[in-house]
Amino acid sequence: MCVPEQLRILDAGGALVPGARPSMDEEFLLEALRWMFLSRMFDERATGMQRQGRWGTYSPVTGQEASVVGSMLPLEPERDWLVPQYRELVAYVHHGYPLERITANYLGKGMAGRIPDGVNLLPPQVALAAQLQHATGLAWGLKLQRQPGVVMTYIGDGGSSEGDFHEALNLAGVLKAPIVFFMQNNQWAISTPRRLQSAAPGFWLRAAGYGFPGVEVDGNDVLAVYAAAGKAVERARAGEGPTLIEAVTYRMSFHNTTDDPSRYRDSAEYEEAGRRDPIARVTAYLGALGMWDERRERQMRESVTAEIDDAVQKALAFPVVRPENVFDNVYERPPDRVLRQRAQAVGRGRD
Amino acid sequence: MPQRNIIEAINNALDEEMDRDPRVMVLGLDVGKLGGVFRTTTGLQEKYGTDRVVDTPLAEASIIGASLGLAISGLVPVAEIQFLGFTAQAFHQIGPQLGKYRQRSRGRYHCQVTIRAPFGGGIKSPEFHSDAVEAQFVQTPGIKIVMPANPYDAKGMLLEAIRDPDPVLFCEPDRLYRLGRAEVPDGDYTVPFGKSQLVREGEHVTLVAWSAAVELCGRAADKLAEEGVTASVLDLRTLVPLDVEGLVKAVAKTGRCVVVHEAPLTAGFGAEVVATLVEEAFYDLDAPIARVASYDVPYPSGALEQWYLPSLDRVVAAARKTVAA
Repeated sequence: MCVPEQLRILDAGGALVPGARPSMDEEFLLEALRWMFLSRMFDERATGMQRQGRWGTYSPVTGQEASVVGSMLPLEPERDWLVPQYRELVAYVHHGYPLERITANYLGKGMAGRIPDGVNLLPPQVALAAQLQHATGLAWGLKLQRQPGVVMTYIGDGGSSEGDFHEALNLAGVLKAPIVFFMQNNQWAISTPRRLQSAAPGFWLRAAGYGFPGVEVDGNDVLAVYAAAGKAVERARAGEGPTLIEAVTYRMSFHNTTDDPSRYRDSAEYEEAGRRDPIARVTAYLGALGMWDERRERQMRESVTAEIDDAVQKALAFPVVRPENVFDNVYERPPDRVLRQRAQAVGRGRD
Repeated sequence: MPQRNIIEAINNALDEEMDRDPRVMVLGLDVGKLGGVFRTTTGLQEKYGTDRVVDTPLAEASIIGASLGLAISGLVPVAEIQFLGFTAQAFHQIGPQLGKYRQRSRGRYHCQVTIRAPFGGGIKSPEFHSDAVEAQFVQTPGIKIVMPANPYDAKGMLLEAIRDPDPVLFCEPDRLYRLGRAEVPDGDYTVPFGKSQLVREGEHVTLVAWSAAVELCGRAADKLAEEGVTASVLDLRTLVPLDVEGLVKAVAKTGRCVVVHEAPLTAGFGAEVVATLVEEAFYDLDAPIARVASYDVPYPSGALEQWYLPSLDRVVAAARKTVAA
């Protein structure tokens, strides 16, 4: 089997790979870097609040920032759609779902966590791979109605073992739907390593079986991810059909705040992954160009901290949910039985 | 007024609705050129094209999951699952996904999706094709469950289903598809959900059923009448929403009740009917409520299905016993 090398533009030390050209100019790369900082620092904040009992379960995306940011930036939020899994937080913000609303959603603030009207984003999905079917249907619907958007949808290495993965990619191939399947292969599905998910040498190879291109990219290289995602988005926009992108990255944190990776993860592997940190790679590159130093990093961290502070404060200030909210938004016209149950529940109060 | 069987009534409903509303599309296995394995979609692809009447890959979960996405894009999909038994392969996309999407999105999105699924026994179909699994979906809030028993309802309830902003599972009694014709008007009308129909009024016992079992109960009532027992037959029409008021009224009138369904006995929807009657009509009951259902074993081969399914004799015997109690 001929397996070409994965697409890479910046090496782990932040140097351009020989012959590679950066896919972003420096200003744009600084913008990408800020998104990566926002992602990393939001993970730290949310995890910290969870440890204080002020936040529910949280799944960080630490180590995967280049995959998320590089894949979201080619999208045009006003016409393209984002169909998430759940480990793509800043992509939602980029698409127009305000950080305070996302935070409110995590904090169980009910309607305050709603995706605003006009934001082309579906809710995060934890029943893995189910979202790919929805994304394919959505892309199909855009194509049938001759709307200009494309759909970017996300999955992980673990989720790719689900039957929905196969069905969705198969249907998208048949329909030549305007969609990009973006896989963050972070090597872990909770405690199950990548080698136990598939015997294939690469997940991207599966695309051939669906009749469209597959691409493997260094998922810790934001320039490479941006280049690959941009090409796939253009292809979808031109009516040429889907692409499967496998971004090879590493989950540098736990699955979620209930997890304990020390029970299953080799520490040498983890340390090795740390040397491929996607943020350090960008700061090294920009540093070599004279565009990054401690002062700039401090300024960026301060600005991101302020943004997160503001989002958390706003989220905490939203009203708390009421017990009867469990009855909201199930049906436009609820059955009488449900209305009766609601009336009884309201009378019961909070017990 | 035109006479139509259930196949023709469904075809007519789809045709008229696709003509009226350009957002409506039909998708599923073999629904296009073939017109469906039961021919319910005959002629639709010819008339509305391959973009609106789509032969999909053989994958039930993708038929439903893609329908959810199509609905969010602004279209109104009518998905066909070739046989209700095969919804097992799409169960997650139907119950947890379609059923919960409105609430998962805090009302931002809703899924105007109709799932049509032929089901039921008595036609000697291969294994898995006859399974009456409607009650499984009663435990997935957000899905309405519609069980027409005659051609008039089939058209009116299908039009109601397609226009309902929320997902509807529309179960079609394949045994009755071509059993007979009835008056089904041309043009628009709908049959509202949550309104049962007393298809026959008697004095001594109320037979409660839905879908093909309504036809069986009608025959049972004929037979009982020969013995001087007059039976009411109540067609629930929809399981979700359930017409509690209509059910209680119909049973209170006779004080005796037999519930008949094709699904296996235990935790079939008949159990919910009985529980509801015990809660709401206990003091109107003159006898224990009986259930006639299939046995709690897998659906057998065609050679044994008549013995497995609720039969005329079993319904009549249960009614006699209830009346004598």
